[in-house]
Parts: sequence; C-alpha cells; structure tokens
Amino acid sequence: MIAFLRRRPGLLPLLLLVPAITWLVAFYVYPAIQMLQASLWSGTLESGFVFSWGNAATYSTALGRYSDQFLRSILYAAVSTVVCLALAFPLAYTIAYRAGRYRTLLLFIVIAPFFTSFLLRVLAWKTVLADDGFILGPLKAIGALPEEFRILATPAAVIFGISYNFFPFMVLPIYVSLEKIDRRLVEAAKDLYAGPVRAFQRITLPLALPGVFAGSLLVFIPAMGDFVNAELLGSVQTRLIGNVIQSRFLVNNDYPTAAALSFMLMAGILAAVFIYARVLGTDELETGIG
Amino acid sequence: MLRWLGRNALRAYTGLALVYLMLPIFIVALFSFNDPIGKTNYTWVGFTFDHWANLFAIPGLLDSVVISIRIAFISTLIATTLGTLAALALVRYQFRGRPATSLFIFLPLATPEIILGASLLTLFVAIGKPPFFPLNEFTILIAHITFNISYVIVTVRARLAGFDRRLEEASADLGADGWQTFWRVTFPLILPGIAAAGLLAFSLSIDDFVITNFTAGRTTTFPMFVWGSARVGVPPQANAIGTIFFVAAVSAVAIGSFLQRRRA
Repeated sequence: MIAFLRRRPGLLPLLLLVPAITWLVAFYVYPAIQMLQASLWSGTLESGFVFSWGNAATYSTALGRYSDQFLRSILYAAVSTVVCLALAFPLAYTIAYRAGRYRTLLLFIVIAPFFTSFLLRVLAWKTVLADDGFILGPLKAIGALPEEFRILATPAAVIFGISYNFFPFMVLPIYVSLEKIDRRLVEAAKDLYAGPVRAFQRITLPLALPGVFAGSLLVFIPAMGDFVNAELLGSVQTRLIGNVIQSRFLVNNDYPTAAALSFMLMAGILAAVFIYARVLGTDELETGIG
Repeated sequence: MLRWLGRNALRAYTGLALVYLMLPIFIVALFSFNDPIGKTNYTWVGFTFDHWANLFAIPGLLDSVVISIRIAFISTLIATTLGTLAALALVRYQFRGRPATSLFIFLPLATPEIILGASLLTLFVAIGKPPFFPLNEFTILIAHITFNISYVIVTVRARLAGFDRRLEEASADLGADGWQTFWRVTFPLILPGIAAAGLLAFSLSIDDFVITNFTAGRTTTFPMFVWGSARVGVPPQANAIGTIFFVAAVSAVAIGSFLQRRRA
C-alpha cells in the first residue's frame, strides 16, 4: 500500500478525502435529492408513497396555504439581522480597538452562550421577559408600563430570541475584519484633516463591510429556518415557516408538503443571499464604498 | 468633551452587551437552585440545594444525558477522524478540484439545520427499514457525524494553515521516513488543532436539538428531554445539568489554552 503510494504520490490527497466526501455525498447530497423526490410523492406513511411528476401542484398549494408564514419568516429574519448588526458593531469595535488586555476575555464571553444548552437559554429569556418577571414586574408596579403590557407571545419576543441566539455569529466576523484594518490608514485620514466621524465613515466602515456581509448571512440564514424561538417565546400569531415544516414532517407525517416547503425555503434563502450580494455589490465589498 | 462622551458611551454599551450575553447563562444556573411551586420553573420562589442533591430523581433525565454523551462521544470520534484526514489533504496538497471541494465542504455549514434534519428524515423514511427506520440512536449518530465533519475540516484547516513545513523537511534531513515524520513531527504539532475541533464537535453534538428532533424518533437526548418537558415545565434538575455542561465546557477550554500557552 505504502509502496504503491510512493510510486503515485498524486493519489494520497484523494485517499485522504475519500472517507469524508463519501460520507457527505451519502448523508448530505443524497438526502437532498431524496427530499426533492419526496416533494413529488403522494400517499401516506401507512399506505406508502408514490412518486409522480404530476404532484408538482403540491408546491403551489403549499405556497398558497403558507405564504403568511413564509413572509413572516423573511420579515423576522431580516429584522433580527438588522438588530444584531446594530448591537454587534459597537461591541466588535470595542473588542478590536479598545479592549487592550481584556480582548481574549471579551471574545470568550461573546461565545460563552454556546456552552449552555440552546433550549435552556431560550427558556431563560422566557423567565426574564415574563409578564410579571423581574423586568416587567417592577416597571408595572411603579406604573411606568400599563398592567396589560407584555413582550412574551408577541413578535418582539420571537425577534428578540432569534437575535440573541445568533448574535455571536454577527460579532465575530465583524471583529475579524475590524482587527485586520491597518490603523495607519485612519491616522493618514486624520493627517488629511478628516475628523473622527469622517475617518470612520470613509476608512473603518468600508473596510469592515466584508465582516458585516458575512455576519449578516450567518444570522439571516439560520434565522429563516427558526422554529424554536417562535414556539417557545411566541404564539399562534408568530408561527414561522420553520414551525410549519417541523409540524408537517413530525406531527402530520405530510412529507410531500413539508419537503416542498423545505425546498422553497432553501430557494428563498439562496435568492435573498443573491439579491443581498447584488445590492451590496461585490466590487464595493473589496474596495470599500468610494 | 465629545470624545470623552464617545469613549464612555462605548464602555457603558459594552458593559450592557456583556450582561445581555451572560444573563441567560446566569438565569439557567440560578433557577437550578429555585424551589418552584408546581411544575413550571419561571418565577423565583426560594433557594434550595434539593435539586442538586437529587440530580436524577426525574424519570428519564439520567437516560437522556447518558444517550447524549454517548452520541457526542462516538460522533466526535468519527467526525474528527474523517475531518482531520480531509483537512490534511486540503492544506497539504495541490490538486485539481481543490477549490470546488472546499466549497462543497462549506455547504452543509451554510444550510439551515432544519433543512439538514428534514432531508435526512426523508432519506430514512424512504429507505424504510432497519437500522434506518424506525428512527433511533443510530440515525441521530449519522446526522451528528454529518454536520460535525464540516466543522472539523474548517477548524483543523484553519489551524494547519500556519504550519511550518520546514520542520518536516528537517526531520527528513535527519533520516526519518515519511511515516516517522508524520507521527513524530507533524501529528504532535497539529494535535492542538485536532483537539479544538474535537471539543467543538462534542459541544455541538451534545447540544444539538433541531437536527436531532428530525432524526430521533422515540430516542430522547438531553435537548429532546428539555423540549419535551418545556410545555409542562422544565424541572430545575435540567438547569443543573445545563450548568454542569457549561462549567465542563469552560474548564475544557481553559485547560486547553493553559496547556498550549505552556508549550509555546
């Protein structure tokens, strides 16, 4: 074996890649094909499923029936992405330029939530945001908020939950791109009589855009598929497309509809990413906004 | 004046952001000491050590933790092995199709978990016979290995990028053959990267809910236990387990970085 490889060294990288790639083809690519096929099934789990191209109507029926949830997912994911961006940029900026010897500690705190159980974290926010919890309770007691005011079971709670869960994915890429910036460029801008605001606008912000772009995608894509925050923090009025896919698959065993919805979700995400890349412009991503 | 305001506003904001990040972790730990009335554990009633003393008094909780740890252990072992081999190939060798392979490996990371889980579920349903269907611990294991492989490759590759090839050349100059060089020089140097990837894979597996939800059937992992009890009320013992996981993960990271600093 080793002697054989010595004669043909070009085969070694292939041999190293084969196990992982085979696995991914079998359990990532093939299931996707299988799901495309399942979206054209008819029948039930008990009687067995039959494939036919004639079942393509499943797509239009599903889209018509669940367009509200689709639009809500897009809206919540977009708002969560903007919220994350607004909250993450100042934090990433502080860690990159102002943290000094606390930098590693701050970065660690940013990823610390990932070390606690995801579901327990979501449920913890349920405690914090509760109608008579330790934030809303005192505010209601002193009359700052009306008695019937609530956050839980509203869209705000779901967006809040999604933003919290994916917040580190926004902070880290922005931090990385800020950290790479040559600070002498900012000094040069100041030498050329740019004020701190203008230097930030013309130098720091454009150079941080690749991080903003990556962070936005890392938040938006998983947010589009969320069903946990909507289920635990929301109400029937905040059901997202993820909730529909989850219940169609696991409660109703309605595989064709669920598979069709999953495919449309994936297509929707790809379309959104494409539009976003076009609007932001790949050239500007590299050279900065001139 | 403006500058003073700017600097301190940023400082105050950072403080708030850190509280925001840490608050749920603190709440999870705090409510493991709560003494709730009834089943729901959402409002603070009183302090007690009871739940820590009777950590596994809740039926099914211990089983779920054991299943989670077992799946995390096996999936980490397999994904780290396959992923490290692939990462070596991608960093060390130039070959046709390398950029395409890198992109392909990145794709599972860019796919929402719900889609990964759902497509594996349709695969298992379509196969329709054991060991894939009905869904069981084995199907969860397959799912976890699948998402972990990509994470391992990306992590190990990032650590390999700064590797000094001259160390291997020096080893060859001193008369070591390829095998000896790999085990005596290359492997010890990349071991911290592999360990980091393994730690990541383990923590992703033990905490995964979305993909597990689609591939578990009746098997109850720890996150599945929490999900199942969320409706009627999560017992404080689950918070205690979550706290233990958190402390274990933080200690592992701390020990890891300490060991690496000592080597350097």
